[in-house]
Amino acid sequence: MNYIVEGATGPWEIVVGLEVHAQVISQSKLFSGAATAFGADPNSQVSFVDAAFPGMLPVLNRECVAQAVRTGLGLEAQINLVSRFDRKNYFYADLPAGYQISQFAHPIVGAGVVEVELADGSSKRIGVTRLHLEQDAGKSLHDQHATKSYIDLNRSGVALMEIVSEPDMRSPEEAGAYLRKMRTILRYLETCDGNMEEGSMRADVNVSVRKNGEPFRTRCEIKNVNSIRYVMQAIEAEATRQVGVWESGGTVEQETRLFDPSRGETRSMRSKEDAHDYRYFPDPDLLPLVLDENWVEELKRGLPELPDAKRARFVAQYGLPVYDAGVLVAEKETAAFYETVAKGRDAKLAANWMMGDFFAALNRTGTTIETSPVSAAALGELVDLLTDKTINGRIAKEVFEAMVETGDGPSAIVEAKGLRQVTDTGAIDTAVQAVLDANPDKVADYKGGKDKLFGFFVGQVMKAMAGKGNPALVNDVLRSKLG
Amino acid sequence: MSLTDFPLVAARDGLRRGDFTSVELVDAHLAAIEALNPQLNAFITVTAEQARGEAKAADAARQGGADGALLGLPLGIKDLFCTVGVRTTAGSKILEPFVPGYESSVTANLRRDGAVFVGKTNLDEFAMGSSNMTSAFGPVTNPWSQDGQKLVPGGSSGGSAAAVSARLCVGATGTDTGGSIRQPASFTGIVGAKPTYGRCSRWGVVAFASSLDHPGPFARTVEDTAVLLGSMAGFDPKDSTSADVAVPDFAAACRKGVRGLKIGVPREYRSDDMPAEIDALWQQGLAWLREAGAETVDVSLPHTKYGLASYYIVAPAEASSNLARYDGVRFGERKEGSDLNDLYERTRAAGFGPEVQRRIMIGTYVLSAGYYDAYYLRAQKLRALILKDFTDAFRICDALLTPTAPSAAFAQGANMDDPVKMYLNDVFTVPANMAGIPGISVPAGLDKAGLPLGLQVLTRPFDEATGFAVAAAIEAAAGFDALPPIRAGVAA
Repeated sequence: MNYIVEGATGPWEIVVGLEVHAQVISQSKLFSGAATAFGADPNSQVSFVDAAFPGMLPVLNRECVAQAVRTGLGLEAQINLVSRFDRKNYFYADLPAGYQISQFAHPIVGAGVVEVELADGSSKRIGVTRLHLEQDAGKSLHDQHATKSYIDLNRSGVALMEIVSEPDMRSPEEAGAYLRKMRTILRYLETCDGNMEEGSMRADVNVSVRKNGEPFRTRCEIKNVNSIRYVMQAIEAEATRQVGVWESGGTVEQETRLFDPSRGETRSMRSKEDAHDYRYFPDPDLLPLVLDENWVEELKRGLPELPDAKRARFVAQYGLPVYDAGVLVAEKETAAFYETVAKGRDAKLAANWMMGDFFAALNRTGTTIETSPVSAAALGELVDLLTDKTINGRIAKEVFEAMVETGDGPSAIVEAKGLRQVTDTGAIDTAVQAVLDANPDKVADYKGGKDKLFGFFVGQVMKAMAGKGNPALVNDVLRSKLG
Repeated sequence: MSLTDFPLVAARDGLRRGDFTSVELVDAHLAAIEALNPQLNAFITVTAEQARGEAKAADAARQGGADGALLGLPLGIKDLFCTVGVRTTAGSKILEPFVPGYESSVTANLRRDGAVFVGKTNLDEFAMGSSNMTSAFGPVTNPWSQDGQKLVPGGSSGGSAAAVSARLCVGATGTDTGGSIRQPASFTGIVGAKPTYGRCSRWGVVAFASSLDHPGPFARTVEDTAVLLGSMAGFDPKDSTSADVAVPDFAAACRKGVRGLKIGVPREYRSDDMPAEIDALWQQGLAWLREAGAETVDVSLPHTKYGLASYYIVAPAEASSNLARYDGVRFGERKEGSDLNDLYERTRAAGFGPEVQRRIMIGTYVLSAGYYDAYYLRAQKLRALILKDFTDAFRICDALLTPTAPSAAFAQGANMDDPVKMYLNDVFTVPANMAGIPGISVPAGLDKAGLPLGLQVLTRPFDEATGFAVAAAIEAAAGFDALPPIRAGVAA
């Protein structure tokens, strides 16, 4: 169903394009040997190049280039074998050189595509316009001193990939799905950790509105939104604002805006007239970047299986529903965990346990797949115990909870607690007979046609057997004795 | 004969033979600096104590069997090269207090070969100028000044040229962005070489215009200059534009001769307003080369006439960006302001002189939205055509011979009211920067007023060797032995 903003003059469609700034995972910065670790002491990871000292020159980091190419390949995009670095000139205290080295006219990666899955089960292909490499700026700290701003240059010169989408999204949901999918792809590729809280992935959001069938109207850019939820809220707020402007007879001006999550609104940051003239020109300190086709091929061969391919394989190989497969491949680590659990076992049963009790336990304990108290091997063992009927489903839940609590393996728990399922028909016979003997009136009612009482008898038998009776055998014995 | 009279190779021979020590040699030059620098202002910073220590160490090293190409020889370093622990000003107020924590690759190469640095030489502010008049540390006086009239040494490497000419050191480094080595060499009667772009690393050299800046040497003979360049040059992974090309034996090339070489004479370099004596010297130079066995041929460089105009777009454009880092925030001189923009404005207004400000504004203008295509892009296209001119010419000749500059040294204060007239000083030198090809200026004679004039030899990229051979032939034929009136042991 199409997302619309209902205005006084009728429905409006929204148009969204995203610019994602993804911090490249690399040991050192884009043009210097300084380290890139997050959370280091301020100004402890700064070379003379990063601080733009006189006479310092940039030298391109090969690994950052490889990461950009991998990302381009992961986005099914064109890799430009010749690209170039330009200077984007502007003055700011956290930009030491007075220019940012970026790729303006000739980016390293051209057009690509990201396929997103939507809640109604449909999917949509969102175009990627380009990806280019650029330097990050430093960080201004305005809260350290009453009248001065402090500058931390640790981030100065760290490599970013700016990934620009086509204006292909038509709802906050699509934008959210695009960002989640982008993050998944980047994490699979290990080219960006996708951590929006730490700022290693940020988004600029371009929003406009239009009546059905119209060409694009003027857009506004909302800068530096740092969570997927805020992106979705910002789009909604900005679209509503723009509809209001148009419908009150005004004109939406092209401008840069900021989103204030506490008030749920966007506000103007700078208008088009105040826009910087960045005076882009090719950086004369750097030669054009020329890639060897064989090197690109080598990187391509080294790519991991990507989420779409993995999902298709999970459907084909494990017989999972598309939705379940999609959930399991959302994080590479989850997918790997699942495959360990499912290997050589009932894959659907493994998937049900992962998506049910296991995810619930992670949520409840505030752990992740990496810190989970239950290992993939242990969960697999539990599936084994179920499959070979050592325990029944009800007991399995009890065992799982004990695993979460103690971290012990399921077999050990079953043995220690004596939870092994009773399949000895003699013992079941005795238990069934005892229940029937104790409830002659109910037996009579059952025989008189009250079929529903069968469940009551099962329950009583299981209770007498402390839940350990094999349900199928209990049913069989009951049925034969009740005739 | 005084120790300051020995040019570089002769001084090295003396050191090798044990005729004198590096301490003696360096002391003689330091004494000359002490005596003449107040008059010439060739050095912004003199590192006497450090130089004496280095000379002592050089003598000790020689005792231990060391024999670096420059071991114990006193050099001047243009104050655009960062030198660790020694103030590096770029001739600007904005860097007046700046002491780098690193050593430029070129000066590190010179140190590797044993050179002793006697001081940092004066220059036009950020190397922007052709007269050394724009230095925040005062103008440099050309040692050829006489009768009380102070002449400029040329620029921007005016301090280095004056120091070598006046025998305050045996050689010096310079940088050449539009002629800043060759023109001052011509004005002071010494040899200056601008190698191929990428031959000498720019790492640690304060940038003026990155795609045009070429570090290079000054000395009093062609062979001396070749020896210095041999030490300065070499691939540097820290400079992405450095060329990974083997450095040949330039000194040996000086002895190759010119027999069989074809020397091109670019017809566009001739103009009606060229002073007759410069034209005459040019013809004389060609005649010398023919006598030495070379052949001269007319060639055309049709886009030469656009060289200066396109240079004065590209160079300021790059400069406007390169100089953005001088904002008073991390190093250098700061003028406090009420907010960030105020701090920038005060710092840069106080720190940059008028010529630097002019070029920053020109550069900012030509890169602006709406003007980029009309100026910068067109200038880059012309640049490609200028390079093509040279490439075409070098299909029919091995070297080009031209005058280095359109005049001899002029008086301090002349041309100051008209920037374009000042820029015309570089008309013969700028095309080589635009094309990145090597050029050498060699002193060839004196004008009527007794001032030195140089001839310029241009060669193919990475063929400095042929340039040295041709320059050596002119040097031999010219027998240039005139001495500047102001020199070590002689004050005007």
